[in-house]
This record gives sequence, structure tokens and C-alpha cells, in this order.
Amino acid sequence: MALGLIGEKVGMTQIFSDNGEVIPVTVIKAGPCTVVDIKTSDRDSYTALKLGYGFIKEKKVKKPQAAYFKKQGVEPKRILKEFRVENITDYKVGDELKVDIFSPGEKIKITGLSKGRGFQGVVKRHGFGGGPKTHGSQNHRKPGSIGQSSDPSRVFKGLKMAGHMGNETVTVRNLEVIKIDEGRGVVLVRGAVPGPNGGIVYLYKLQEGRNK
Amino acid sequence: MNEIIREIEREYLRDDIPDIRVGDTVKLYVKVIEDEKERVQPFEGVVIRRRGGGTRETFTVRKLSQGIAIERVFPIHSPRLVKIEILKRAKVRRAKLYYLRDKIGKKAKLKELR
Repeated sequence: MALGLIGEKVGMTQIFSDNGEVIPVTVIKAGPCTVVDIKTSDRDSYTALKLGYGFIKEKKVKKPQAAYFKKQGVEPKRILKEFRVENITDYKVGDELKVDIFSPGEKIKITGLSKGRGFQGVVKRHGFGGGPKTHGSQNHRKPGSIGQSSDPSRVFKGLKMAGHMGNETVTVRNLEVIKIDEGRGVVLVRGAVPGPNGGIVYLYKLQEGRNK
Repeated sequence: MNEIIREIEREYLRDDIPDIRVGDTVKLYVKVIEDEKERVQPFEGVVIRRRGGGTRETFTVRKLSQGIAIERVFPIHSPRLVKIEILKRAKVRRAKLYYLRDKIGKKAKLKELR
């Protein structure tokens, strides 16, 4: 974990590079994020910044939450998320982080909640080939054999079967930042990002020598 | 389409594109980048399709080269299109001229619009 931002996926489009190549990009509206709290090694035995993002109506804030925000002396925020940062002395509560913490060409990591697909069969969920469609085949989208006979007399754990797909936290690493638009608070990232348009995503800076 | 996306795309849209329509015979001057060298290659043919919007808008040009049909798809706002010339404009009654793929010789000709 490292410094990052909370944002919203806006959608995808494509732009042209300087030499005319088409670059597919995801547009992410990131920040401004307010430092709501700072975790220190003395008090919490780890260091982190707690960032808040997004507007929330006053009446929608739960009372204990409202008291917490009041104590910290910041506006209530819709989303709170901790980012593990070592040098917390650079920040104080109430600071705002904007998209300029990233720079074009940088590789970043993005976490989001993938689109929920409900209960799906094995073909869609695990990419199984399925059976023949015709020639009397009655095996169209079945999973096939799920194991042996009396030995082992059970189905192994973790076997790929039908079930709930999507709606899980997905992280994509090494996404290239193509462009930063500080005016609009927007980051353009090459390629796709988990989640629906309008979904909340977390953008992390990559740590040196890790996340390869 | 989201407003933010439209604003971002606006920077990449070209305003010097002629009015390309389906059925037009166009001559394109395409910038080709080979390693370090850059050169301009012409491509002449009939526009059989125009689709998409914003920076994603493309058009397809079909031509016959030594008896073999070639279709190329160009992003309409691509900076690689150095110049676009419209040579002829034809009377067409369809938005997509896919039927030309099945016609040969004289049947593949379009009536010119004057």
C-alpha cells in the first residue's frame, strides 16, 4: 500500500497519441481527497492517512460519524479509506490531495468492485469450452466430470464450478497513466478498470521494488 | 455520453475534416511511420460505412487493388490523415454499403450525384 486517491470511474474512450496511435483510456475522476485522520505509530502502531472523498448531505451522515468528522474538524465525506503512508509528517488533517500526486507515464494500481454478474455457469465464469452444440450432443454448457470414483469419494476443494460471479474486489496493477487533467481533477489510464461507470475506485502509487 | 468524456474528447477532435459521406470516392493521404522514417501514402476508394461518435468515429474505405478488394478503417479524427480529398459523390440509398462486397465489375459502380 502506498499513497493514493479515491475516485470515480467515469467511463472509457480513446485518444490519439502524438504520433497518431489510438490509445484506449479509462477516465477516472479522482480526488480531491481530504486527510480526515492520521494514524501514527505511537497511537495506532502503524502509519497511514485516512482520506475522505465525495460530498454527502448533512442529514445522511449518521450521528456517530458526524461527531467523528466534527472532532476532526473536516467536512463529512461519503467514502473513507486508509492509505498506508510512511512519512506522515508531510501531511496534516484537513490537507487536500489532488490528481497531481500522479504524473503521466507513471504506472499505478487500481482497486475497484467488479460488476456483479449473478449466478453464472462454468462457461462464462471460468472460460470452459462447453460441449458440442449439435450432432445429438446433450452436453452444451455442462462442466463435465468433477472428479474420480470411490477413491477419493469426494469432490476436491476449490474445483471450478458454477456460482456467483463478479461483485468482488479486483485490483489491476501496472496501469499506465496517460494524462492528468488538474482542472477537471481527472486521470486518464490506459486500458480497463474494474467496476461499472460511476463506481468507486482506489488509485495507488506503486511502491519501489514491489507490485511487479 | 458523459459530459466529462465529451470535454476530454473535444481536445482531440479535428475541425478541418471535410464532409465525408457514405458513397463518396475519397483520396486519403495517410502518414505511415516505419521505424524512424515517415512518409505519406495515398489510399483511394469508396466510403462504405461511417460509424461511432466523438474520437471513436471511424469510416471504412473500400478499394480494388489488382482485383483484390481492400477495406481499411480509419478513425476520422486521426492525426495520421494528412489530407482528405473528396473526388466524387454518389447517390446512395443506404447508410452502409455492405452490398458492394457481393457485387463485381459494373454492378459495383455507384451512380454519381451532380
